[in-house]
Amino acid sequence: MKVLVAVKRVIDYNVKIRVKADNSGVETANVKFSMNPFDEIAVEEAVRLKEAGKATEIVVVSIGPAAAQETLRTALAMGADRGVLVQTDDEVQPLAVAKLLKSVVDTEQPGLVILGKQAIDDDSNQTGQMLAALLGWAQGTFASKVVPADGSVEVTREVDGGLETVSLKLPAIVTTDLRLNEPRYASLPNIMKAKKKPIATVSPADLGVDIAPRLVTLKVEEPPKRKAGIKVADVAALVDKLKNEAKVI
Amino acid sequence: MAVLVLAEHEAGALKASTLNTVTAAKALGGDVHVLVAGSGIAAVAEAAAKVDGVAKVLTADAAAYAHHLAEPLSALLVDLAKGYSAVLAPATSTGKNVLPRVAALLDVAQISDITAVVSADTFIRPIYAGNALATVQSKDAVKVITVRTTAFEAAAAGGSAAIEAVNPAADPGVSSFVGQQLSKSERPELTAARVIISGGRGMQSGENFHLLEKVADKLGAAVGASRAAVDAGFVPNDLQVGQTGKIVAPDLYVAVGISGAIQHLAGMKDSKVIVAINKDEEAPIFQVADYGLVADLFKALPELAAELDK
Repeated sequence: MKVLVAVKRVIDYNVKIRVKADNSGVETANVKFSMNPFDEIAVEEAVRLKEAGKATEIVVVSIGPAAAQETLRTALAMGADRGVLVQTDDEVQPLAVAKLLKSVVDTEQPGLVILGKQAIDDDSNQTGQMLAALLGWAQGTFASKVVPADGSVEVTREVDGGLETVSLKLPAIVTTDLRLNEPRYASLPNIMKAKKKPIATVSPADLGVDIAPRLVTLKVEEPPKRKAGIKVADVAALVDKLKNEAKVI
Repeated sequence: MAVLVLAEHEAGALKASTLNTVTAAKALGGDVHVLVAGSGIAAVAEAAAKVDGVAKVLTADAAAYAHHLAEPLSALLVDLAKGYSAVLAPATSTGKNVLPRVAALLDVAQISDITAVVSADTFIRPIYAGNALATVQSKDAVKVITVRTTAFEAAAAGGSAAIEAVNPAADPGVSSFVGQQLSKSERPELTAARVIISGGRGMQSGENFHLLEKVADKLGAAVGASRAAVDAGFVPNDLQVGQTGKIVAPDLYVAVGISGAIQHLAGMKDSKVIVAINKDEEAPIFQVADYGLVADLFKALPELAAELDK
């Protein structure tokens, strides 16, 4: 079974983001970028499926600027076999990403597609579900366990009240949650080997997909700051404040 | 044109998240209709009909909807969406699972996790884990929206809407429910609790969470945890408060042994009153706390439990 994994280049999760002075967006110049953490989990899961003999080939796809090649290289160093970059400098919103991925899926014909449940930049949490919709496939979102069998896959999902397990017909879409696995660090020899793995580059026009945004961002602002309060001396003072000042207990 | 709200319900009861979503839906203008899909849902439909501001309740009673699987549920919503200017659901694990699928099938964008309605086509939503707020305008004919429930008041009781059955859609038949392991708790649910007490890495072990539970019982509070405490294996993930866990905004949030990583603050900084108990007076959590107590939690928690008994 071929496995396709989608990865996104995002501002590194350790970076404290800054809103641009003109409120047009977030400062991206001179900022460290890396692979979206949920996508690292997706790559790791695919590599584990291959190591377990359940996946035969791992194709990793990214959509973004030329620099997204680095994100693909990271995935190749973790164990993916080859990469596809859909290169564009334009803003690509989740619906357009799903359409581009559908086009790649139509060509590659994977048995399973694994994506991160959401990207930590726009926090949309949409692409996997949208891709499943466009393909007419089943979806196992927020996965904490993925067990492929013959013709189906059992996915345990993190839901609000606990865990839920569903059985999906293959081919299917899985989106990853935090507890699915702990991604590996690529070893130096694997990083060297990854440099020789192939990456194909195509454009959205090559795939015949209109990526014009459907949502217009009118402005981006800093959230209101919360003021620090006071320190209390002891537990008795704390309870007194909560009862008589804040009146919340 | 009317707007449609996907009701969330469990074990025959309408969940509170639906009430917050109805409030967001009212802000869009137009009649609010509520869809209750499930199996054996008469009581839920009646509860939805009594919500203030709801003009009509649609019911789709079929076994395919019993477990809220995304594939059949989105097929139903797509059938119904044509008559509406917007489709909304709470940004819960069900809403987040189902609505993007609906949006893609309608060939429209989804607006995720809105915290404010500016106008019928313009919304505010947090990005970068709540470190920025984006105002976005939708150009699509149908707006598909998930709602951050903590950002909207719950709609009150007082309605008397008509209840109308709709035909179930064809089940795509690609998915099936196998089972679930829901966490059992006597305490209120995290996202609905008025008071929450959460523990972090400073708790040192899962056993020590009983110190929190004692205080929680006296306050009628839910118990939460930071991602650090979850990653350390102290407690299960469904207790996690934070950007990658649950977003909460109770009247009172008590953070115990939590340093205050950005990812945790993103999940609780909209709480009305925040209390931090930490022995490190430099901990960033104190920068957002209304009341800070610099103390050893192993001493402070039993004292707190005793003080609340007085």
